[in-house]
Amino acid sequence: MLETLTRELTFGQAVREALAEEMRRDPRVCIFGEDVAEAGTPFKVLSGLVEEFGTERVLDTPISEAGFTGIAVGAAMTGLRPIVDIMFGDFITLTMDQMVNQAAKVHYMSGGAWKVPMVMRTTLGATRRSGAQHSQSLHAWFSHVPGLKVVMPSTPYDAKGLLKTAIRDENPVVFFEDKMMYTKLKGPVPTEEYTIPFGVADVKRVGRDITLVATSSMVQVALGAADLLEETGMSAEVVDPRTMWPLDEKTLIESAKKTSRVIVIDEGYERYGVTAEIAAVIAEGAFYNLDAPVKRMGAMHIPIPFSPPLEDATVPTEKSVFEVARKLCGQA
Amino acid sequence: MTTATDKSAANSETTAGQWIRMYRQMVSVRLFEEQVNELYTRALMPGLAHLYIGEEAVAVGVCETLRADDYITSTHRGHGHCLAKGASPDRMFAELLGKEAGYCKGKGGSMHIADPATGNLGANAIVAGSVGIATGAALSAKRLGKDNVAVCFFGEGALGQGVLYEVMNVASLWKLPVIYVCENNLYTEYTHFSETTAGDIPARAAAFGLQAESVDGQDVRAVYATAGRLIDRARREGGPSFLVCNTYRYTGHHVGDINREYYRSKEEEKHWKTERDPLKLLADWLVAQGLADSTQFKRIQSEVEAEMKKAVEFAVAAPYPSVSEAGEDVYA
Ligand SMILES: Cc1ncc(C[n+]2csc(CCOP(=O)(O)OP(=O)(O)O)c2C)c(N)n1
Repeated sequence: MLETLTRELTFGQAVREALAEEMRRDPRVCIFGEDVAEAGTPFKVLSGLVEEFGTERVLDTPISEAGFTGIAVGAAMTGLRPIVDIMFGDFITLTMDQMVNQAAKVHYMSGGAWKVPMVMRTTLGATRRSGAQHSQSLHAWFSHVPGLKVVMPSTPYDAKGLLKTAIRDENPVVFFEDKMMYTKLKGPVPTEEYTIPFGVADVKRVGRDITLVATSSMVQVALGAADLLEETGMSAEVVDPRTMWPLDEKTLIESAKKTSRVIVIDEGYERYGVTAEIAAVIAEGAFYNLDAPVKRMGAMHIPIPFSPPLEDATVPTEKSVFEVARKLCGQA
Repeated sequence: MTTATDKSAANSETTAGQWIRMYRQMVSVRLFEEQVNELYTRALMPGLAHLYIGEEAVAVGVCETLRADDYITSTHRGHGHCLAKGASPDRMFAELLGKEAGYCKGKGGSMHIADPATGNLGANAIVAGSVGIATGAALSAKRLGKDNVAVCFFGEGALGQGVLYEVMNVASLWKLPVIYVCENNLYTEYTHFSETTAGDIPARAAAFGLQAESVDGQDVRAVYATAGRLIDRARREGGPSFLVCNTYRYTGHHVGDINREYYRSKEEEKHWKTERDPLKLLADWLVAQGLADSTQFKRIQSEVEAEMKKAVEFAVAAPYPSVSEAGEDVYA
């Protein structure tokens, strides 16, 4: 990380700063979405942008996720660099044809003749008491589709650097932001320009006895679990892949070989989720160095319930990760 | 909404040479499709073949009013649109046969021909799949301060898809230079449109504030005049419009759709082919006006026949892409 002139920003501020900088740098960059202009979205992540860039570049759309995502695909093909804002990650279901059958395939189907340089920003994460249709983490859906890139930042620093890379990428990129981090998570962000390349995992904590591979919202959970493990004399390494696709298989496998035990933690549904893919990559790449089966931890296979004690039970916590790690190391 | 009765104005400015050019374009589409039929029945063409025969006046009448830098999007029944917008038959046949020399290096096929050089954003095999893309291209034109327009071709089957109404709403709100051309050939696959389409078709678009019109899609002069007026209006920032072209496909939904009597009668087909044929209607008019005679039509026919034969030979002889191409062009 760059040292000079680093200040603390919230996750939401880091996202906004990346957007503003890229919009200043490139006049083709524009934002479409519901309540993105004067309202700055319900999470206020975009506040101030319309004042600086005007309604020509920060466009309030009707509540038509499929329609404005499709419009973004066509606009991206013909000279703009649109960023679409999908208020809640649950609503990506409405955009599936535009993303999966159009955006992801235009470049390939045209034999490389057309490109779709667009970004979809959306949210993930439960525990906001938002109920079953505003709490899901559906990033595995897009990670399954060739032609798309999927980004999952876990810190303000990563959010800013990765979002700038996403906006400059020539392909459709889906950028998932944990809605619980917008105001709650603060972290150092340098004032000067930087970007973070896709496909490069970040070791968030170096350790010896077990690897915790964690994404997005689960990185803080894994770091908390690592602190608890340290109190019992165990050293956990926390590895954040940062992008689901492209995936930095090498760093994941190297860490697994070093520690010989791995838990993969992600807020998406555990069944058929990204944890399964990452676990398989590690099992194939580090099999002869593993001392235990690779363990997955994700959301329970149920619609997210509203009632707080029920909702809290659906996702991995510091405590549950700690307990699984102890067990995997034969300590429980 | 109005019905086009004002063709005389544009027609009077159209020279005999232009009408003969349009006749030739319609012959090209028809003979191209006859070759497709031949290739398909000889098992030289993989996949499915949806022929445009009978509907030539729509693609030709609309595209003759467009510039090279205007955009189109097309459908599964798209060969006519691509040709009328300027694609060359040899590379189109090559694409249909999955050859490296095709417009999409063989990766797209009959239903996905795309070509930036002629403003073809791509044919689409999702019914209504390109309505967002065309609208987005119109947004780019407007935002980038250009005066080009986008034409979105689709069959009346697309009227069942909600995303069409989402993007028409946006196009109207944002006054985008897009023309939605609905080719009503009476049948979706095997179902008469009256069984699936409630109410009045142009009224649906008019409800969103689009200029909505209907035209005889077998009369290339009427299509040309009406489309020309709507395109001109879009170019002069007059906003979006919707044009229903009433037409008929002579053959099956695809080449293999042979026994059609369960959904339409032989008498009906005969009526359209003999009384409502777009090539014949234009030829008769040119003769009646003393602008052309039958020897000219015969010459055009044999010239185009020779051109198509050569194009087919090129495509048949052309090599397939190397298997290593499969993994290329997934990302830009
Ligand atoms: C979303 C979607 N649903 C169904 C199909 C299957 N399908 C292909 S063509 C077609 C009929 C389309 O009718 P229309 O839009 O009127 O076009 P036409 O074939 O008459 O030119 C259908 C249902 C499809 N390609 N895409």
